[in-house]
Amino acid sequence: MPEIRNFTLNFGPQHPAAHGVLRLMLEMDGEVIQRADPHIGLLHRATEKLAESKPYNQSIGYMDRLDYVSMMCNEHGYCLAMEKLLKVDVPIRAQYIRVMFDEITRILNHLLWIGAHGLDVGAMTIFLYAFREREDLMDLYEAVSGARLHATYYRPGGVNRDLPDVMPQYKSSKFRSKKETDRLNEGRSGSMLDFIEDFTQRFPGYVDEYETLLTDNRIWKQRLVDIGIVTPERALQLGFTGPMLRGSGIEWDLRRKQPYEVYDKLDFDIPVGTNGDSYDRYLVRMEEMRQSNRIIKQCVDWLRINPGEVMADDLKVAPPKREAMKADMESLIHHFKLFTEGFCLPEGEAYGAIEHPKGEFGVYIISDGANKPYRLKIRAPGFAHLSALDEMSRGHMLADVVAIIGTQDIVFGEIDR
Amino acid sequence: MTTRIQQLSERLNAVLSSKIEQQIENVGELTIEVAAANLFAVCLQLRDDESLAFEQLIDLCGVDYSAYGQVEWETDVATSSGFSRGVEASENGRLKFGDDVTETNNDRPRFAVVYHLLSVKYNCRLRIRVYAEDEAMPIVASVMDVWRVADWFEREAFDLYGIHFEGHPDLRRILTDYGFVGHPFRKDFPLSGNVEMRYDEEQKRVIYQPVSIEPRVLVPRVIRKDNRYFNPEEDEA
Repeated sequence: MPEIRNFTLNFGPQHPAAHGVLRLMLEMDGEVIQRADPHIGLLHRATEKLAESKPYNQSIGYMDRLDYVSMMCNEHGYCLAMEKLLKVDVPIRAQYIRVMFDEITRILNHLLWIGAHGLDVGAMTIFLYAFREREDLMDLYEAVSGARLHATYYRPGGVNRDLPDVMPQYKSSKFRSKKETDRLNEGRSGSMLDFIEDFTQRFPGYVDEYETLLTDNRIWKQRLVDIGIVTPERALQLGFTGPMLRGSGIEWDLRRKQPYEVYDKLDFDIPVGTNGDSYDRYLVRMEEMRQSNRIIKQCVDWLRINPGEVMADDLKVAPPKREAMKADMESLIHHFKLFTEGFCLPEGEAYGAIEHPKGEFGVYIISDGANKPYRLKIRAPGFAHLSALDEMSRGHMLADVVAIIGTQDIVFGEIDR
Repeated sequence: MTTRIQQLSERLNAVLSSKIEQQIENVGELTIEVAAANLFAVCLQLRDDESLAFEQLIDLCGVDYSAYGQVEWETDVATSSGFSRGVEASENGRLKFGDDVTETNNDRPRFAVVYHLLSVKYNCRLRIRVYAEDEAMPIVASVMDVWRVADWFEREAFDLYGIHFEGHPDLRRILTDYGFVGHPFRKDFPLSGNVEMRYDEEQKRVIYQPVSIEPRVLVPRVIRKDNRYFNPEEDEA
């Protein structure tokens, strides 16, 4: 009788379900996973080391490129850590803008997640639906910062500029008819806030559409229910945060428990799972999108009636106004120093954490008083989640590994840094 | 918020007073320093003691303190020379392979490991710093048996800083390439690296060769003492 041995299967790094450049070494007994050993680092760019050689304000753009599907949230974590050490007060309007864009980012992230997760598991349509809505949200990014993905919009002390008064519109071309253009421009006739409000009114209907496609779908449930179960105790041990932790039934959300910016003034609910399987995490994220929508709506209402400054009044950190710079020597000097040398953080260390769409995103800064960080450590939620892949996939079938990668919402920009 | 930190500080003193070497409170965050020998016992108590209950290890990272406080341009006295671009790359990370390393800081051990803990039960955070005593062979106990998540974080600190974690079952490199030499986040490792990779037409394969990029400084590293952050109490002491 021939000897039966386990065999090793190489998965990735170029595989559509690997969500980037994940290389998995799978030890298989037939079709059952015995051990999974993820090899990461194929996208390692040493962001933290690069940041050590640049003034603080020049690293904001690097943060976008970490988790490249939730850009502004990364910037937020970095700015929070700096503001803690600088002791700058962020104007209330800037706080509302940040919260609003954090939630827009959360929807952006979850839309990409549901699309990619659906594709991995065999649901094609949801991907197209999700990207339809992402388009509107990317337009918001573009309108406010000029870039659709890597916004570099947040600054220590506030945000780069106030929301624009007009929402950019589509133009008709030989590829897009007049009728089609008018349809696309329907919500875009007013200001940016009008367009966001229009979106928040449409969006719950869209989420209903996704749920009709998936929630009671037999195939979807067969692929997700009871896959990758994590008990609450293990979830804590494994360093889970965000939807991964809440899916296991622990009600922990930094927006509620350690509120930053204006989250304590806003009304929203925190969904929690019960079984800790992939299906529960799916339900949690779907509900989070609805809650984010609620938060955005509240922010829009507030921002409409409360104009004001969006940058701290501190010339050591924030650049002076353009007019002042042209007329006033003092402002010119400040402008020059800020953009040639940057600003110095007082000696000390700080850890700024936010509730990122994927979990807790933290930035730890050690400053020796210089204009560049002495040490910058980025705590990426995906790193802890992926390290648990071995435990989550043991005893499952090969096809379930793909579902587990999907449910972890893996993005390699932040894991490899 | 402040009261919460004071309460935590009191609870820590009650349980671990003999093992805590230093307690620092800054910007609403509490840091304790622990001797490397006590680390594992302290961590176990932090997790299991009812009054502390730090169930989660949020982050673990290595730090290299050898270039702490070094600047490329002195600003506390008036100079007759300006800083011109890329002239003096005095920072260790910008040296080329084979250059002499500038003198390092000696007021504290070179390597440290920093842990960030979170207690879901009490909703509080704590930072632990542990210095590795030996510079040539920094060793710290592994906390993988306390928090499972430490596995990859420790592999990362080993990979980037060369800190060894005693008791870690599988201390491999994690982020750098297969066959990588050196620990890239150490302050004496050049920012542009030591080797670069290209395809060689003659040998018909990918080869490694010494880097051809010149390290240069666009913005000098300066330390400016801002009187807004001046602390009179500290100055008197």
